[in-house]
Amino acid sequence: MTSEAGRLNPDGGGRSLLGIRWLLAGVGAVLVSAVIGVATGPVAIPLGQVIRELLDRLPLLEVDSSLSAADRAIVWDLRAPRVVLGLLVGALLAGSGAAYQGVFRNPLADPYLLGIAAGAGLGATIAIVAELRDVLGVDPVPLVAFAGALMAVTAAGTLSVRRGRVGSPTTLILAGVAVANFFTAIQTFVQQQNSETLQQVFAWILGRLSTAGWAEVRLLLPYAAVCVVGLVLAVGPLDVLAVGDEEASTLGLRPRAARRAILAVASLGAAAAVAVSGLIGFVGLVVPHAVRLVAGASHRRVIPLSLLFGGAFLALADVVARTVQAPAELPIGVITAFVGAPFFLVILRRQMAS
Amino acid sequence: MLSPFGGGESEPASAVRTRHPRGKGIGSADGQRSCRSGDHTSTTGGPTVMAHKILGPLLVVVIAACGGAEASSAMSGVPAAAEPAGHERIVSISTVATEMLFAIDAGDRVVAVDSMSNYPAEAPTTDLSGYQPNVEAILGFAPDLVVLSYDPGDVVAGLEAAGVATLLQGAAYTLADTYDQITALGAITGNVDEAAALVAGMQSEMAELAASVQERDEPLSYYHELDDTLYTVTSSTFIGEVYALAGLVNAADAADPDGASWGYPQLSAEYLLDADPDLIFLADTRCCSQTAVTVAERPGWETLTAVTNGTVVELDDDVASRWGPRIVDLLRVIVDSVNAIS
Repeated sequence: MTSEAGRLNPDGGGRSLLGIRWLLAGVGAVLVSAVIGVATGPVAIPLGQVIRELLDRLPLLEVDSSLSAADRAIVWDLRAPRVVLGLLVGALLAGSGAAYQGVFRNPLADPYLLGIAAGAGLGATIAIVAELRDVLGVDPVPLVAFAGALMAVTAAGTLSVRRGRVGSPTTLILAGVAVANFFTAIQTFVQQQNSETLQQVFAWILGRLSTAGWAEVRLLLPYAAVCVVGLVLAVGPLDVLAVGDEEASTLGLRPRAARRAILAVASLGAAAAVAVSGLIGFVGLVVPHAVRLVAGASHRRVIPLSLLFGGAFLALADVVARTVQAPAELPIGVITAFVGAPFFLVILRRQMAS
Repeated sequence: MLSPFGGGESEPASAVRTRHPRGKGIGSADGQRSCRSGDHTSTTGGPTVMAHKILGPLLVVVIAACGGAEASSAMSGVPAAAEPAGHERIVSISTVATEMLFAIDAGDRVVAVDSMSNYPAEAPTTDLSGYQPNVEAILGFAPDLVVLSYDPGDVVAGLEAAGVATLLQGAAYTLADTYDQITALGAITGNVDEAAALVAGMQSEMAELAASVQERDEPLSYYHELDDTLYTVTSSTFIGEVYALAGLVNAADAADPDGASWGYPQLSAEYLLDADPDLIFLADTRCCSQTAVTVAERPGWETLTAVTNGTVVELDDDVASRWGPRIVDLLRVIVDSVNAIS
């Protein structure tokens, strides 16, 4: 099993030639997906003009793309923010998924494990039902969804502590499951009481990447920065935790405190991602496993590569979502699950075989 | 000259009747199928299906629409003596049926309507749910006739078991369905003449409005918005038929060419910017608080002709999603907007 290898050799050559090669591959994947993302869509715009238009947006650079106003808007106001958002959301979901799996030492852990999806769903439903108006020019739905997601995770975390005694990872997972079900119950109730808003609630759940713009990017960016930096800093502690709590203690790490800190950072990123994009499944589960399979189980590789490949994967999935039935949109969650589920089964069977 | 109902010299109603939305109108297009509770097709849940099911007027896509006089054969358990006009306590849990019942002067016999039935103002709105109809709650009003647009469970069977007559009238797929449903309500309530008068009045008003549309060399195009994630209608829908009367061409038809989305696709934003419709109609002013101002603020939308020319039209969500008597009002708004463009 690949995770065994990681345990035996937690420092699995983070700075080795192989590691750098994978890192470059990840950066390459991000760049390629970004180019495909801005160049592809239901409206055909030549790549050369797209690139000239993007160069024109750079400061101090004046390039004539000879695009019409509508095409310029398509490239810069519609496609570019969608690509950036796809990269960020995918990175956050995959990165936090990798962290969750590391912290819980459970291959099935994903960013929604501790109730983030249910909390965000409740928050979004309440914001839609209450018809909250724009606050300072920002759509209130993602803000309240974000608050709901954090509330759910915090509740799960708090409830798994009793008289200062922190419960085991299993206690935390069970608390998360209970909180998620509780929040889902409230969400369903609120939704049924306000059935005229069903359509909007489902539209949110199915993902809002299709109508997202730079406003959503600006909303997500600060949380994405905190989460990415936090996760990258957590690679050392994660590798130590992988060895086991006793060993970690002898190495000078307080395992429970470290676990909580990592979960807090990962949850913050996942909650922010869900708030702007709706519920997109399978990215947080599949990408880290794929990375582990090809590049090894050390978190020095799994975390950065999950961030990079997760972003590239979601940006490409979004390209499929907007082209496969063009000019109609397909919910992006359909794509990620359609690709992710079979892929996950392949990994599972490979692990069974070895 | 744009001929009413697009049917040239032919008789209007029959011309409309021929417009079938690619066979998606289950049993509704012929309008004469009876409406026993076992007739309807049901669907499974799941968010995706639900999301589509609740879009705009397609509230109940999967339920066979019932029309025609034969629909009254669904009055099982009604004593023969009650014919032709026996129903004194009518419950409507269909917003459209509520509007129709009041429009054919049967409103004084309507004892309760569902929570979403907000028109006309004198309709006795209760907290009965149209989405999840509850047999017991409905029976609490001691009805002798219940009109529904949607039978998610065994509501019809439950009501009939209790000896209550039911009339299930699903979403209309064509204007002809609307007229058939009004006629069926006239038959079952005994207000046959009032229903016939309403249908005739609507048909002549629709024809007049269609005839008043200014001639132009190039037809104008439109986009009809159901929510702010760009769910829309194609010309194969009921709403699409109304727009066609005003001589408008649908800008979203390419998004659902084979009717796989029942004529209700989610349109790609960039496609819309590229298609640049002459008119934008917002049927999400209530649900999603959209206005001409919020539309203009969307990323990239400032480039749209409709935004720069001020031809973003704010509709009443309800009027734009119900296939009842107020479709005349909807067509009037559309025709006025079209004729305002020189």
